[in-house]
Amino acid sequence: MSDVIDRPILAEEEAAKSRLRIIDCDVHPSIHAHADIEQFMPKRWQEHLRTYGSHLRTPYIGTTPYPRSSPLIARRDAWPPTGGPPGSNLEFMRKQYLDPLNVEFGILQVLDLFIFSQQNLEFGAAIQRAINDWQLAFWSDRDPRLKASILAGQDDTQFAIAEIERCAKIGRYVQINVCPRANEPLGRRRYWPIYARAQELGLPLGIHVGGYGGHAPTGGGWPSYYAEEHQSNAHTMAAQLTSLVLEGIPERFPKLKIVFIEGGFGWIPSATWRMDRHFEAFRSEVPHLKRKPSEYVKEHFWFTTQPIDEPDEAKHLRSLIEWVGVDRLLFSSDYPHWDFDDPRYAFKTPLTDAERRKIFNSNARAIYKF
Amino acid sequence: MARHIIASTSEIPPGGNKVVEINGRDIVVFHVNGEYFALLNRCPHAGAPLEKAACVARLTSKEPGVYERSRVGELLRCAWHGWEFDMRNGQSWFDPQRVKIRTYPVVIEDGETLAKGPYVAETFPVHVEDSYVIVEA
Repeated sequence: MSDVIDRPILAEEEAAKSRLRIIDCDVHPSIHAHADIEQFMPKRWQEHLRTYGSHLRTPYIGTTPYPRSSPLIARRDAWPPTGGPPGSNLEFMRKQYLDPLNVEFGILQVLDLFIFSQQNLEFGAAIQRAINDWQLAFWSDRDPRLKASILAGQDDTQFAIAEIERCAKIGRYVQINVCPRANEPLGRRRYWPIYARAQELGLPLGIHVGGYGGHAPTGGGWPSYYAEEHQSNAHTMAAQLTSLVLEGIPERFPKLKIVFIEGGFGWIPSATWRMDRHFEAFRSEVPHLKRKPSEYVKEHFWFTTQPIDEPDEAKHLRSLIEWVGVDRLLFSSDYPHWDFDDPRYAFKTPLTDAERRKIFNSNARAIYKF
Repeated sequence: MARHIIASTSEIPPGGNKVVEINGRDIVVFHVNGEYFALLNRCPHAGAPLEKAACVARLTSKEPGVYERSRVGELLRCAWHGWEFDMRNGQSWFDPQRVKIRTYPVVIEDGETLAKGPYVAETFPVHVEDSYVIVEA
């Protein structure tokens, strides 16, 4: 029987918790009521939201195509006692998560209203813009620990650039978010203007899993189950890492930092080993690459840790961490979603103090310039 | 192992629970179908408080279109990652040999018996006309 089962929280765990302040790269705030974001939308789009609402390329308006494991994919204990969806109440978020877990900074990742998957690109742009304003007014202004990301759906590249400019002038956003499931793979030329601007501004590019871009979420077609769709998050991330590397994004934009969010990290070693091997065989096909793919991955990309892999033997998790590199990893919890990783218990393998400091704090501090 | 009076039976409604601290451990006591079960208030997987778990039933099916619910309210489904446990013995549903929640014996005693001793709690006021939930931990 495993030894984690029958014991109270150990004193050293409590002590470790208070010693280390956490930077959480994936905290999900939710809109409490549509009225909260309507104030940031022109009347035309307020009316559109009320009259037509959300239209995606997937079926079932108002919900997800796959019934998920819990209502609003949330921890059952994360529903605020005062009402509203999980993640919609700052006081409760502080009380349940930010304060007791000693979160120094939390980077907001907004998924509401399927921001990146709207069929109507103009409407999608209007809600992205509104949510960009809402993140500051409802979250960052009220709790300076919470940092906003510029939502900039890449398929309307012109809008994305305009929105990046607008938000960069405000100057309080810590990264630019694009979607891993859009019309084309992320390395494609049509998206390069976004990367060029991100590099000039010194803002990392954040890519959070999810979205319905019109293609099946797996390369093999449409999944049957939520368990299968959820699994595909990692596949999508692997496809996008491959696209970004093989299209030469790190070579073309050498100062651009790219952060993969909520894809976990167990898939990275085999993806990079394979890319390296193919590169040896086919390097003449991709002459814009000057170095091995793995070298770009180890310099230009970072990966948030949740949902952490849980191999049967702890030493295998240890190997994964070493293969990916402690310098590449950024702690994320995914609060308040059901697959939340608790910073105290998520790593079921020992880490040295120096490794903990990097993963839980200093790696993110350097990238986001806190 | 000492006996602790943790509540009067009427304090925990059916389907409800109460968390008490005994010797530094948070223990959660559930009241289901007239019975009381005490478990360590911590999911062995990721530490989630089990007081927030959903109390669910066992659902079985012999053939398509036929299903049966049994042991309603006796299975715990953790509030976070959905790991399921049997409230009666703490065994996990998916890996009963390896993953288990610590359970504690619970007995119900009436106030008259308790007042006679030897099971008088340190501070808990006991009334002879009530009955009480006793956890051995």
